[in-house]
Amino acid sequence: MAGFNKVVNSYEEAMAGLTDNMTVISGGFGLCGIPENLISEIKRKGSKGITLVSNNCGVDDFGLGVLLPDRQIKKIIASYVGENAEFERQMMSGELEVELTPQGTLAEKMRAGGAGIPAFYTATGVGTPVAEGKDERQFNGRDYILEEAITGDFAIVKAWKADKYGNLIFRKTARNFNPMAATAGKITVVEVEEIVEPGELNPDEIHTPGIYVNRLIQGTFEKRIEQRTTRPAGE
Amino acid sequence: MALSRDQIAQRVARELQDGYYVNLGIGIPTLVANYVPDGMEVMLQSENGLLGMGQFPTEEEIDADLINAGKQTVTMATGASIFDSAESFAMIRGGHVDLTVLGAFEVDVNGNIASYMVPGKLIKGMGGAMDLVAGADNIIVTMTHASKHGESKLLTNCSLPLTGKGCIKKVLTDLAFIEIKDGKFHLLERAPGVSVEEIIRLTAGELVVSDNVPEMQF
Repeated sequence: MAGFNKVVNSYEEAMAGLTDNMTVISGGFGLCGIPENLISEIKRKGSKGITLVSNNCGVDDFGLGVLLPDRQIKKIIASYVGENAEFERQMMSGELEVELTPQGTLAEKMRAGGAGIPAFYTATGVGTPVAEGKDERQFNGRDYILEEAITGDFAIVKAWKADKYGNLIFRKTARNFNPMAATAGKITVVEVEEIVEPGELNPDEIHTPGIYVNRLIQGTFEKRIEQRTTRPAGE
Repeated sequence: MALSRDQIAQRVARELQDGYYVNLGIGIPTLVANYVPDGMEVMLQSENGLLGMGQFPTEEEIDADLINAGKQTVTMATGASIFDSAESFAMIRGGHVDLTVLGAFEVDVNGNIASYMVPGKLIKGMGGAMDLVAGADNIIVTMTHASKHGESKLLTNCSLPLTGKGCIKKVLTDLAFIEIKDGKFHLLERAPGVSVEEIIRLTAGELVVSDNVPEMQF
């Protein structure tokens, strides 16, 4: 790698340095905008004891769900899980620790982590199980709880387009958690559908500046759809 | 007669106003989009990062990169915008969404809501519900008034773990439209053909009933 060129040539190189017991932050919402090939590489590597931070945990045979059969995930911090049978089994048996976190709080934890803010107050979760053990404080007569930021040893991200410097553009709702995840990794690895030369992307249209990105790889994607809903043509 | 799912959605839709930004939860709330009055413009917010959600796509329009918060494929309405999850919940927490409609297991006279977890059963998580109830000022909860076994879901104190505390002011059930204030339920309207007595019988929390409770018209 030279200068600002973030491009790596293999998925093995993309995830080099991931060892057991690390924290991995992943972008994606459901199966939309997930770094599917980086997840496959984590499966291939067989890294264990992972603390995973992601809104969801995929389905049985796709997305982050593929890390379940070999018990690679020790703990998951997520807002909505259980779309797959193996997840449910491991959660109920206590093999997998689950920390349920409200979706907006999870996004803000990543954002804060990447922005150097150690914690923040939010009204979300006050008076609920989420508030247990957390500092509470009133501002302007309303109760808030203190939520701590999250950073990861690795962040894995899916974007649509990038230039070689790692400037990223996301596509439609595949953006979701990806921009926050990108800021919160000690090593942020991004896979994209297309890599172009620096200067080819309009600077005004870049969603995530390359400063957050350490490694970049171009891949091909299945983009599985979780709930295929349609209307008849002509309506 | 108890309201059908579509009638619940129809009644909620009458609370919409022109120019409203609205977040609709999964299930019955989603149906509200089908009953936006003619000539009225509302913009639907989907908390995964879309403001201006359109109808479901045709087979040709399907795009794996464009889904709603229920993970269903959708389209974008004219004038839609896309943003990340932090921005989406800034909108929600910051009180910028005009109306939120969501389901629940229980509500109580103090405006508490339980909607995400039944201890001992499978826990899937709260998703964005805790942020939505904490951030919105104008929330309508839609749910059935009582369980299949006739147990009231409108309680003095929620029995299940809470999704939010003191945040619910309006509840539309299959039997009644109810306002929550001053630590009591207030009966605003009843479903067609449903008696006040039946609503009283199926409401466990204190219910204030005026002399003349109007019947909903469809």
